[in-house]
Amino acid sequence: MFDRILFNLIQVLTVLLFAPLVSGVLNRLKEVVQSKRGPSILQPYRDLWKLFHKDEVVSEQASWIFRFTPYVVFVTPIFVTLLIPVLTDYPLFFAFMGDMLGGGFVLALGGFFATLAAVDTGNPFGPVGASRTRMVGFLAEPVFMIVFFTVSFVAGSTIPYIVQQRWVTPLASFFEPSHVLLLIAFLMLIIAETGRIPVDNPSGHFELAMIDESKSLEYSGRGFALVKWGGQMKFFVLACIYLNVLVAPWGLAHTQTLGAVVGAIPLVLLKILGLVLVLVAIESSLAKLRLFRIAEFLGAAFITSVAAMLSSLFAF
Amino acid sequence: MAQPLSAPGAQLWLANLNALVGGLFLLVTFALVSLRQVYACVRGFVAQAVLLAASAFLLAALYGNWDLMVIGVVDLVAKAIVVPGVLRQTLHDEVQTRREITQVLNIPTALLAALALTILAYFLAQPMLAAASGPAIAVNLPIGLAGLLVGAFTAAVRREAVPLFLGLLAMENSALFAGVAIAPEMPLIAEVSIAFDVLMMVFVVGILTRAVHERIGTTEVGALRTLREESRR
Repeated sequence: MFDRILFNLIQVLTVLLFAPLVSGVLNRLKEVVQSKRGPSILQPYRDLWKLFHKDEVVSEQASWIFRFTPYVVFVTPIFVTLLIPVLTDYPLFFAFMGDMLGGGFVLALGGFFATLAAVDTGNPFGPVGASRTRMVGFLAEPVFMIVFFTVSFVAGSTIPYIVQQRWVTPLASFFEPSHVLLLIAFLMLIIAETGRIPVDNPSGHFELAMIDESKSLEYSGRGFALVKWGGQMKFFVLACIYLNVLVAPWGLAHTQTLGAVVGAIPLVLLKILGLVLVLVAIESSLAKLRLFRIAEFLGAAFITSVAAMLSSLFAF
Repeated sequence: MAQPLSAPGAQLWLANLNALVGGLFLLVTFALVSLRQVYACVRGFVAQAVLLAASAFLLAALYGNWDLMVIGVVDLVAKAIVVPGVLRQTLHDEVQTRREITQVLNIPTALLAALALTILAYFLAQPMLAAASGPAIAVNLPIGLAGLLVGAFTAAVRREAVPLFLGLLAMENSALFAGVAIAPEMPLIAEVSIAFDVLMMVFVVGILTRAVHERIGTTEVGALRTLREESRR
């Protein structure tokens, strides 16, 4: 019992501590691809440290929602961490409290509050970005649903610990068309949800073109640090769901020993590095889509996920 | 004649890989409906031909029928190498690099219609699968039917000569995709003559498109409904 609580704590700490590192590596690699030197991979930690030591400025117009939101955005990814396999391939303490759909809705709660807070301050750019985020969100919703319907058709469950065993035993079923199409659709979903090229440019600072970034425009100091850290953790958590449940459930701890659980951390980070390389390739080779083309991008993701569902429903 | 691979594990692998090729084939077919650039459409078609060849190779190993291997090679040479080469030679550069080609329907609508056609194809294939079943047929037949319908749909909604014609070629690809699974004993001569037919079609359409482009400066079929004197002057 005590062990399991400890393992849960280790999972949460992994997500907390390594999420900024992943974002730092991603930014550095993008700059390297453009033959620049780029910031140190530790830069996100320094940014967070700096922001935590700065004063916070809050608009007089803002209500409690504005003050409350950074905590929601920060806590929701941690909560999802309790539900999904980050380091272990056996269910931990809270694993049966919610499935992947539940995890998705918990993450959506953070997004909902971020939208409210962006509208709250009366800054004209906040609502513009917030409504764009909602547009991307509601176009992504059907993809999200179909992906999890397919998962539940195939694996008979949406509890991630049960699903992850399904695709690799036997190994030949890794190449089932429903699985591969699902992976493509979910990758497009991650790109849309975390505001990456081609949906949104995460390093752009031009207010009129912002989608995801504009929600945190009005934040400063500690609030900004929490929102930023929460965003990095959200990416880490989505990457964990994608990699540990859907793509490659290898390299996780089998046994309930401290050594195995801690030993799984570098392997998981290695897998995330692989995903980061794929994202860098995508971000460096594509241009940002115009706003009304996003419907086409997510339409393509929807078609892919429905094709995955069809091929699993009519499987031999 | 070689024997079919007998180990059950190997059979499962081949069937699954073939299913994966089928899934990607379906995806590429959707791409042909929705791509916006002429040259991207050509590349989509080449990808479709390569996937068709891959399926033929896998099924050759699965059924132990090496004629399918030859079919795959003929397909690769004809559609993945010669067709894009011919199109590049005969078409004007301006046609190749044209972006933003127009459609009768907008792209999300066209994709949803293509999706509906795919679901229809899966339902149409069910009674046929009751007659002839097998892991490869269960994948290739519905996907081939879907490709056939979506290809026809592509030819109907595109308003630009080359993508429209690629829709027709996609129909041929899809028919063959279903064919390699349900009729692996198809005589080789049939496939070779089909490949030759396709080449002739590409030549004719390529030269025709070039002529149309030289005369009226565009290859938008949608703009050809009225006589030139009435529309331009």
